[in-house]
Amino acid sequence: MTPLSYLLQRGTAMLMAPLVITHLIVIIMAVQGGLSAAEILSRTQGSLMWGAFYGLFVLAAAIHAGIGVQTILREWTPLGRVAAMSIGHTFTLILWGLGARAIYAVVWA
Amino acid sequence: MTSPAAMLKASIWRGREAGQYQSFEVPARENQTVLDVVTYIQRHLDAALAYRFACRVGVCGSCAMTVNGRPRWTCRTHVSRVASGGKLTIAPLRNLPVIRDLVTDMTPFFDKWHAARGRFVPGDGPRDEMAEVRPDAPERAAASAAIECIGCGVCHAACDVVSWREDYLGPAALNRAWAAWNDVRDGDRTGILRAVSQSSGCHNCHTHQSCAEHCPVGLNPTFSIAGLKRATLKATLKGELSP
Repeated sequence: MTPLSYLLQRGTAMLMAPLVITHLIVIIMAVQGGLSAAEILSRTQGSLMWGAFYGLFVLAAAIHAGIGVQTILREWTPLGRVAAMSIGHTFTLILWGLGARAIYAVVWA
Repeated sequence: MTSPAAMLKASIWRGREAGQYQSFEVPARENQTVLDVVTYIQRHLDAALAYRFACRVGVCGSCAMTVNGRPRWTCRTHVSRVASGGKLTIAPLRNLPVIRDLVTDMTPFFDKWHAARGRFVPGDGPRDEMAEVRPDAPERAAASAAIECIGCGVCHAACDVVSWREDYLGPAALNRAWAAWNDVRDGDRTGILRAVSQSSGCHNCHTHQSCAEHCPVGLNPTFSIAGLKRATLKATLKGELSP
């Protein structure tokens, strides 16, 4: 792990803490309020605020998880730095792609 | 007082990486250290037993071994404090190559001190004046807190990250680098930060604190590593570590 990846991992962790809490509160409020899927979508579609919120969330989670996967691979497998980094970056791209697809479906589709 | 007939059961590692434990019975004494037990075996029961020691008073750092599963300095570890049910299991230190029996090869350990640039680098030329280092300066206090390392390798053996990643510089080398970085007379302090920022450097520490828990002289390498993380982050953000 380099200073930059350390900074990115700690920074994204700090960023995700309030995002996760907000996400959980919104889920609980939606469920307690008895909202249906259609009613939730009617509130999220076209909302720049929710698009930005989950866009940031997905990006932070993808970066954080990718670096974490690299660390785990270096510590628990015989893989070298380049191989672990390649898999970690690929994992980041996959997570970011899947997350972006979900945001598109919830906010714009 | 201990009965003259009381005996300790000691299982001692024999061989290299591959080997087995051999059992010995050693007379139990009052105020007996683990090193006393090993020395008794070598002098009275099996002269071929290989182990290492020098000062016997906790200064040289050469007698560290794994005692009942924990890394310890054996010359200052009393049997009465660690023997469970009159039994001792003594093995070489973890995370280092075994030369024979209880002797480990410390070469990789000290190579990491060099890799972490844990040595003093003088400035460019002779100084007109002596460097002023006040005893109460924050850097002096930080260096003092880290500098009494005896190089025993106990923290290195206790560190799980070292056991997972052979190339990780480890707590002793990084603690030394932190002491060196806090020496304001050093001519290349950025060089230390660059050395500990390599992919096997300080940012791999998980803050388990096994090093601080086991350090026989009460140092806290985890704290030193946290200091290096802060210093390297600041230097990175200022662009000082760019190639």
